[in-house]
Amino acid sequence: MDHMETDYTRNFKFSSWRRVLTFAQPYRFTMILLGIFMILVAGVDIFMPLMTRYAVDNFIVPGVTSGIGYFAAVYVIILLFQAVSVAIFILLAGKVETGVSYRIRKAGFAKLQELSFSYYDRSSVGWLMTRLTSDTTKLSEIIAWGLVDLVWGGAIMIGVTVVMVILDWKLTLWVLSVVPLLFWVSQKFQVMILASYREVRKTNSKITSSFNEGIMGAVTTKTLVREADSLREFTELTTRMFNASFRAAVQSSMYMPLVQVASMIGAAFAIWFGGNGVIAGGISYGMLVLFLSYAAFFFQPVQEMARVFAELQNAQAAVERITSLIETDPDIRDDMETILPVSRPLQGDVRFEDVTFEYKRGQKILNHFDLEVNAGSTIALVGETGGGKTSIISMVCRFYEPTSGRILIDGRDYTRYPLQWLQSHLGVVLQTPHLFSGTIMENIRYGRLSATDEEVILAAAQVQADTFISKLPDGYHTAILEGGTNLSTGQKQLISLARAIIANPVILIMDEATSSVDTQTEQLIQVAIEKLVKGRTSFIIAHRLSTIRNAHRIIVIEKGRIIEDGNHADLIKLKGKYFKLYTDRFQIEVTDPGMDLK
Amino acid sequence: MAGNRLLYGGAILAIAFETIFMYMSPLVVRSTIDSIIGDKPFAGSGFILRIVDIAGGISFLKTNLWVVAILLVAIAIIRGIFTYLTGRWSSNASESIALKLRESLFAHLQSVPVHFYSRWKIGDLIQRCTSDVETIRKFLGVQVVQVGKSIIMLSIVIPILIMLNAKMAALSLITVPFILTFAVIFFLKIKSVFQIADESEGAMSAVLQENLTGIRVVRAFARQDFEIEKFEERDDAFRNHVYRLIRILGVYWGISDTLVYTQSGIILIMGTYWTISGQITLGTLVAFIAYVEFLLWPIRVTGRTLTDLGKAMVSLGRVREILEEPVEDISGWSGSNERLMGNIEFRHTGFRYDDYTSVLHDISLSISAGQTVVIMGPTGSGKSTLVHLLPRLWDYREGSVTIDGRELNTIQREYIRSQVGIVLQEPFLFSKTLEENIRLGKIGNPGESDIIEASRIAAIHDEIESFEKGYDTVVGERGVTLSGGQKQRIAIARAILQNPAVLIFDDALSALDTETESRIRQALVTRKGTSTTIAIAHRISTAIHADMVVVIENGRITHTGTHSELIAKDGFYRRLWEMQKVQDNLTADEERN
Repeated sequence: MDHMETDYTRNFKFSSWRRVLTFAQPYRFTMILLGIFMILVAGVDIFMPLMTRYAVDNFIVPGVTSGIGYFAAVYVIILLFQAVSVAIFILLAGKVETGVSYRIRKAGFAKLQELSFSYYDRSSVGWLMTRLTSDTTKLSEIIAWGLVDLVWGGAIMIGVTVVMVILDWKLTLWVLSVVPLLFWVSQKFQVMILASYREVRKTNSKITSSFNEGIMGAVTTKTLVREADSLREFTELTTRMFNASFRAAVQSSMYMPLVQVASMIGAAFAIWFGGNGVIAGGISYGMLVLFLSYAAFFFQPVQEMARVFAELQNAQAAVERITSLIETDPDIRDDMETILPVSRPLQGDVRFEDVTFEYKRGQKILNHFDLEVNAGSTIALVGETGGGKTSIISMVCRFYEPTSGRILIDGRDYTRYPLQWLQSHLGVVLQTPHLFSGTIMENIRYGRLSATDEEVILAAAQVQADTFISKLPDGYHTAILEGGTNLSTGQKQLISLARAIIANPVILIMDEATSSVDTQTEQLIQVAIEKLVKGRTSFIIAHRLSTIRNAHRIIVIEKGRIIEDGNHADLIKLKGKYFKLYTDRFQIEVTDPGMDLK
Repeated sequence: MAGNRLLYGGAILAIAFETIFMYMSPLVVRSTIDSIIGDKPFAGSGFILRIVDIAGGISFLKTNLWVVAILLVAIAIIRGIFTYLTGRWSSNASESIALKLRESLFAHLQSVPVHFYSRWKIGDLIQRCTSDVETIRKFLGVQVVQVGKSIIMLSIVIPILIMLNAKMAALSLITVPFILTFAVIFFLKIKSVFQIADESEGAMSAVLQENLTGIRVVRAFARQDFEIEKFEERDDAFRNHVYRLIRILGVYWGISDTLVYTQSGIILIMGTYWTISGQITLGTLVAFIAYVEFLLWPIRVTGRTLTDLGKAMVSLGRVREILEEPVEDISGWSGSNERLMGNIEFRHTGFRYDDYTSVLHDISLSISAGQTVVIMGPTGSGKSTLVHLLPRLWDYREGSVTIDGRELNTIQREYIRSQVGIVLQEPFLFSKTLEENIRLGKIGNPGESDIIEASRIAAIHDEIESFEKGYDTVVGERGVTLSGGQKQRIAIARAILQNPAVLIFDDALSALDTETESRIRQALVTRKGTSTTIAIAHRISTAIHADMVVVIENGRITHTGTHSELIAKDGFYRRLWEMQKVQDNLTADEERN
């Protein structure tokens, strides 16, 4: 289940590539054209030494200069043709590369918008980001430039071999005798080198997280006086990094000379047997020069092709990871067969019917849970951390669905409503307020994209956010910095409250929405919240009793069950759990009779 | 560094040898074609002639060409050995430098004062420590060698060409200035395009990251389509910028190929003329055709090298900026590392941040060893700053603070921090097991029972036990997400285990629910006397049992006293109490029953 730990196969499997290659589908003509251009380029590359041979045999050896003008003209035409072809193939490959990665990203992102939270619970943000950034880039590069290298290299090797065989097959055999060995060695080396680089990358990402931790936890490190320990741990990592990188570099530096030597063995055979041929008279000077060039030339693509093959193998993991992301079906989605059309506006009656919820198998958070909430009422959920409060509201939001039992909204099983339609009636304010980059104005407007500036300001004013926003240098147009570092948590909570208000939701959910707002501001917001919850079904989780006291119903949850249910006065009279929570909080001897207890 | 210089020296030397052997093979081929296979007189120095004689003389070689073949392979092998050594030594040097750079950055980042982190952005710092170091490493590993190679190649090949034939040599160099100028200008120009592409990738990743971290908000407002549109816009922009870059590169390689082929063409055609007119031999022509490739290659990459040099210099500058930041002063009195008592005295203490915003004024406060003090006040009033002065995270600028009678800023930081434990408002856990995280605060090796006891007091033990791996659960691994409250309690357990002379809770109790908080409070009360405890709090319930409550407003102490003293006075505390005082009725109600 936990795909971050899944071991992906290391062997090349075409089946998993097929899915990824569908992203290249719209570019198939571009790719065919690219292949044609690569063959043309290779053709000219092969043809160039023939020009030299022609010059040697037809001008130099006989000592004739007539026709050399034509020769030069042909040369110029070929070189211009080649220059244009090179530019075009780079263009085409670039189009394929950028197009394929664009489409993979687009599909992946759209899928991420659909996937359920259970998927997000299993995958870290970093893991998901890597799929759509470096994995995608790597893959599209291999598809586009791998094609370039393979077609060009293949064409060169085949072309050179064909030309050589036509000219002198025996000499060809000698020149190419080392090729099988070279291929074998290349393959071995490239796999080894890539394995080393994989280790380098792995260690590198550990170093990055170490820096991250060192910086994020700098103050903690200082207060615990563990600078020396951290540095020691970090040194272990950098040492590992050095060893891995050095090994990879050494392997690469060993491989290069091997190819050079193999190529020289080919040339040596050419000069030995070809030279004998020239002396004996069967081979021309031009031919000898040609074979010498070809010997060097044939081996040029070997290195490139070995690299491409090894990279294909290495990219297998990336392919499988991307495929797994794109092919994952969301746990929660609209079932077209059971979904019913929506005919009237949502009222907001919510009913839990015998709901059991397991976050992980066998770990029941809610157990045969029943709850009926009338439209427009305010429900406060109270209880210890881990008791199931957050699970209840997550299920109301349909972030998760019940493991068994059902949830009815306006009397209909809520899985029969279109998911997006349902969620568009929600307003959610979370404990850790997430703001997007952009201005404060844009962030509040996220709740309702059509809201005017005046409406945004009104919403902010309702939650007392107007005061601090207007004190900021750019007011509502103040840009929110990465991570919202220019605002306090309390301020961010106010903005996200305004964002929920402007959405004018039928069902409002607040999970510790104002925990970091100071008591005085909270007191002011309290008035706003009271206005806000009017006419909406509201679920509120709060530690502050002031927020809870005015709820129509207070539900005390313990271990996934409702143990107390009633309004403030009822529960106080009951002298149960709520009473205890309440008194624990305010054990004060002073008496001030009168208010609040009806 | 000296070791690395030696390695680089060795690498450059190896390149020189590699180049010499690389150039040797065309010469051998030339002599073979002209004088062994052909009938031209052997042109060469006495040294080479002697080698030929040793090998058996020209007539012997004519019938035994295999000797030449073996010579060529031998040259390739020797060249290969030097290629290998170049790679080995240069990567050893560049990796060592990268290793040192990383380590000094890490060490430096740990020894800079806290205010450093309020001036720098985390993302920027990480960028400098990772990608900038990588840029430098790549430049050192690849380009330094490349530059050395280019210089050596040119300085060897040009004399050889001139030696072979001066006129042909001049001809071979004819397009060099053009290629060089073109390459340099081009890469300088394209720099901005590279940068734009990088930036657009950054913008795209940022949207992706924001979406993923805020996925709950996206879903809650059903903004999927809006998000998809936003992402596609960035995705498309990124595609277009990269494509534009590739297009420009395509044109560059097209033109530079034209220039290179033109050079080869000039050599071929003019060489043909001169060979026919007898000015040069066929072997010389073949050698020139081979050398032109060697000559053009380093020139073609010059532009690239210069661009990379530019980038590496920028990166080096950025890394230096961090390394040049002053570090914390680590001198001072450290006693004999014995435990402090925990008597704290502030006298007219004042503090302001570097931007001159005053945070604390004229703080005078006396706390006796073992007391529990609760600090309250509105957000931004300076409560956190005040408690951060004690472990010397910040240094006060006015007045004095003493601990056990000794001036705080004369006490060594490491020592005072081992004596003053603080649970931060936003607790940070390391990606280690929970047990290790709790253990971090303790010097020495606490037993398992101590760890469990600390966790019990922090009301986290049962929850840890309910995890699949219990205390061996690794923070942040495999989707292990701890809630803010859980993190806080682990940090509290850590501080309890540390058992410092002074224990500070920097608003560390507010993320907990009331019941948990009161459990922790009670547990701390039972061990009262062992540590001086200072807690920043919002809830009256936290303050009720404190020996002293301190109210800070706008950086000044406005009230001190016990709970019952403070509610008798008009002010912040009483207002706060009144806001939260519903329970009064309750108690009254209870009394009536």
